[in-house]
Amino acid sequence: MRLSEAWLREFVNPPVDTPVLVQQLTMAGIEVDTVEPAASPFSGVVVAEVTEIAPHPQADRLKVCRVAAGTDERLQIVCGAPNVAVGMRVPLAMEGAKLPGGLQIHRTELRGVASFGMLCSAKELGLEDSEAGLLRLPEEFPLGADLRSVLTLDDAVLEIDLTPNRADCLSIEGIAREVALLNRIDRPSAPMVLPLVTTRDEFPISINVPEACPRYLGRIIRNIHPGVRSPLWMRERLRRAGLRSLDPVVDVTNYVLLELGQPLHAFDLAKLTGGIEVRFAKAGEQVTLLNDQTISPDDATLVIADRKQVLALAGVMGGRASAVSGETRDLFLECAFFSPEVIMGRARRYGLSTDSSHRFERGVDPELQRRALERATQLILDLVGGEAGPVTEVGHTASLPKVAPIVLRRARIDRLLGVDIPPHQVVDILRRLNMQVAEAPQGWRVTPPSFRFDIALEVDLIEELGRVFGYDVLPKRRPSMSTAMHAASEALLDPDRLRDQLVDRGYREAITYSFVEPSLQQRIEPDLPMLPLKNPISSDMAVMRTTLWCGLIDAALKNQYRQQTRIRLFELGATFVGAVTGLTQTRCIAGLAMGPVLPEQWGGAAIPVDFFDVKSDVEALVALSGRNEKASYIAAEHPSLHPGQSARVLLAGQPMGWLGMLHPELERALGFDQNVLLFHLNLEPLMQRSVASFSALSKFPRVRRDLALVIGQDVTAQQVIDGVMALENGLVRQVIVFDLYQGRGVETGKKSIAVGLILQDDHDTLTDVRIDQTMTEVVERLQDELNATLRA
Amino acid sequence: MSSSLDDLYLQVRHSLAGVDSLADLDDIRIRFLGKKGLLTEQLKELGKAEEAERRDLGRKLNELRDRIQAELDRSRADLEARAMALRLRSETLDVTLPGRGQAVGGIHPVTMTLRRICRLFRSGGFEVVEGPEVEDDYHNFEALNIPAHHPARAMHDTFYFDEHTVLRTHTSPVQIRVMESQAPPLRVIAPGRVYRCDSDLTHTPMFHQVEGFWVDEEVSFADLKGTLYEFLSLFFEEDIEVRFRPSYFPFTEPSAEVDISCVMCGGKGCRVCGQSGWLEVMGCGMIHPRVFDFVGIDHEQYTGFAFGLGVERLAMLRYGINDLRLFFENDLRFLEQFSPF
Repeated sequence: MRLSEAWLREFVNPPVDTPVLVQQLTMAGIEVDTVEPAASPFSGVVVAEVTEIAPHPQADRLKVCRVAAGTDERLQIVCGAPNVAVGMRVPLAMEGAKLPGGLQIHRTELRGVASFGMLCSAKELGLEDSEAGLLRLPEEFPLGADLRSVLTLDDAVLEIDLTPNRADCLSIEGIAREVALLNRIDRPSAPMVLPLVTTRDEFPISINVPEACPRYLGRIIRNIHPGVRSPLWMRERLRRAGLRSLDPVVDVTNYVLLELGQPLHAFDLAKLTGGIEVRFAKAGEQVTLLNDQTISPDDATLVIADRKQVLALAGVMGGRASAVSGETRDLFLECAFFSPEVIMGRARRYGLSTDSSHRFERGVDPELQRRALERATQLILDLVGGEAGPVTEVGHTASLPKVAPIVLRRARIDRLLGVDIPPHQVVDILRRLNMQVAEAPQGWRVTPPSFRFDIALEVDLIEELGRVFGYDVLPKRRPSMSTAMHAASEALLDPDRLRDQLVDRGYREAITYSFVEPSLQQRIEPDLPMLPLKNPISSDMAVMRTTLWCGLIDAALKNQYRQQTRIRLFELGATFVGAVTGLTQTRCIAGLAMGPVLPEQWGGAAIPVDFFDVKSDVEALVALSGRNEKASYIAAEHPSLHPGQSARVLLAGQPMGWLGMLHPELERALGFDQNVLLFHLNLEPLMQRSVASFSALSKFPRVRRDLALVIGQDVTAQQVIDGVMALENGLVRQVIVFDLYQGRGVETGKKSIAVGLILQDDHDTLTDVRIDQTMTEVVERLQDELNATLRA
Repeated sequence: MSSSLDDLYLQVRHSLAGVDSLADLDDIRIRFLGKKGLLTEQLKELGKAEEAERRDLGRKLNELRDRIQAELDRSRADLEARAMALRLRSETLDVTLPGRGQAVGGIHPVTMTLRRICRLFRSGGFEVVEGPEVEDDYHNFEALNIPAHHPARAMHDTFYFDEHTVLRTHTSPVQIRVMESQAPPLRVIAPGRVYRCDSDLTHTPMFHQVEGFWVDEEVSFADLKGTLYEFLSLFFEEDIEVRFRPSYFPFTEPSAEVDISCVMCGGKGCRVCGQSGWLEVMGCGMIHPRVFDFVGIDHEQYTGFAFGLGVERLAMLRYGINDLRLFFENDLRFLEQFSPF
């Protein structure tokens, strides 16, 4: 909300300057976002009157004027404005004046006629955006007076960012109440001015839904003068509040809305049929609003209608058909209280946001309607004349918000705020807040004023006390340490340790969006059901990710475009698989590697990263869980991985991720210029640590025997290892693969694998006989099971 | 005879003068002291000499042998020293060449900031708890005292999946989830991703928050002020000015915004703080009794405070990052500026 400081000070004028005022409001929870000057800087502009006009001898469109500006001297000014007229009061920029934008006014000659200044339009003074012709000043402005002073242009516009609970401050009067409270100024509420009622005409009003509209007031105003402009002072105040001046009747409703916080609406009486009905919309009804938008309100939308049609969306916006216009002679002016629940969300539903809906959905003072209607009536009569009819009030007071007294316990104040505010100070603050306070056991019974409908609970009162007492004055207590310790399970790995493991192995952590581009994800994980957002921010962030690879691949591509050739990225975050019902949110850790194994360095050729480099990264992660021997890697196909270079990762027999090279087709299609290696692991199994359990060290030495075996191309290293480890005598403790060879000397279709066997007996020294016997058994077993032969 | 012994000694000296390898040195040793060496031959001849002469000659020969041995030893030591010097010279490296091997990567600045926040609160006895990112309307709004159509919902530009399922707009639903399942006393922080349907220079549709709360029988606004003041001073590692300003959140009452004196300009006013000298860093307040009602905690017996802070905001202030959007572009040139932590 924007408001003029000068207007505010007309309501309450504390002896503090603007920065202090702003500070006071902000620290009371009425946050002032910005303070701007009400007008652009200019100087040397005074009030002048045109006394004579003569045609310009050389130019048809220019006129030679003589103007009086408070002295006997008559200045000659050449002017091109179409509306210049004798007797008109206008702004005169004198010689030496500076106008907004830096224009300096000098004595000049226009087509051979001397001009001693310039008559100004509102636009030239930075007051209005588009204004043809000179700004007409009121006749009561004294000649020669400085324009900035007569228009109070040295005013500040405060932009106030109100929290939704403080709807009572959505007006000059509301802010004035706060200012008075903070400066301990007694501001008696202004007496209601009752305009003279000069016609008996009434327009019937009926309310079908009293709970939704507990109060509706209206009156007729006949015979207003058409073609009148709102006075400059009102236009200026509206402008400073960010509103454009339109028709004087509309200006008045806006003005009262700003002044008191009560929205009002004026209909053209000639366009109404029968009487006013307040009801919910019916199926098939339509209304074209003032912004020319045509909507079909649903049956939860409150409307103002007449016998024939929907006239307005209640509390939101009026309709085009019944709007006041330049031809309007008779008005029906309305003012209502709607239940906030009935207005909440309605404007949004139709893509609207208006000053009226903003106030009604937060709530207005239920006791304000009469005063606002009378105030608006008086202003309309002042501006455009007319004859006001009596006020018709229809209502259902039982449905109005109730103001119930709240019990405030003194001890509770201390307990919540941590300070014992002295009772007299409590009472003082509450009274300054316009609350009625009565003594009660252990504290007080407090009745808030009707405009503080946000206050319903004891804590609300305590917040008010804290706020007025001053949050900055409230004590702060150093938190005391709890003596209770928190569990720190050794069987649960901190995910941060997994992050660090990858960081130490050269990866950089990425954080990518949880919503991704659906077609990219479709290519990477075609088989997983995706969860689409109903209102995505853009089409490339339309579905929740089912895999972290989407974000990592996207990030890697962008880095490749930035000439990065070696990329190691990982991310830790959730994936979302399935529809809303049955959705699984799984925390995962995934990585991407491309480019050389090591950063570019001297002393060795760059080797491109391959499957086994990344497998070792995965093993390093699994190792943290202490369960590496429980992990297995099974050749399996994944839609986005190279079919010959991909493995499903299992931990203790449970699938928990994937590892492999991005499918070369995908690599090419996405625009990668080198191989991309990927892994994706579920976080939870990795975090399950096995707690160490000591086994006694053997007193007997270990023995190593190596075997070079020739096996079929398709036999896996794991099969060889499993075959050896399956030996029943339990002597083989470890199998190390130390060479793999294919080529000369090995039959085509076969490969040679060299393994080292570590043998040990915990109870005896191994004799050569037992060793040889074991080795023979191993070889025989591998021959039987895998058709392996010893390499010659 | 003695002149021939002197000769022999001179011969040894002469031979050693040119020696430049251990092998040559050994040849010399054999030539003079070996089994058939020149001195050995003379010692063999000793038996043939007269009794009286033999004792004198014997002594002279032994003396000579010791002198030759000493010469040989000195020469050997010399040679070894020279060889070592040679080896050391040949093995000398350019120590300014860079080391080889794997380089260390880095942690994302958001994670770094989260770690510091969690570490500080953990040391204060808070427990870290996480919650789901796809949330139901009840935990994200209802139970936090934000009913449907409440204007406060307009403050959250919510991503929806259906009428009742949203991407959480804040980490506060974790507060509900914890209080639903655990009894006070509770001292918890909940870090994580949150989402708002908003994207411009100063908003990304995803960002990170840390929710924190403390529920016990004697928790007051004074504890809230003390805790957050302590946290902010420790986080920025300076005694910054902290200001609590009344505000509004449906799930706390009283509510406050927390401002710190601008860490960029020291409170003098700059572009970052919009000339105000203050930076808004978090929201907080005393947990609303209705929230306690929703989770079944007796609000007469227990009180509590809760706060929520934006992680990116703190990271930007801490590290001087001037563009929010950099956080999620994952440009290596950005990520590389943050060493592991």
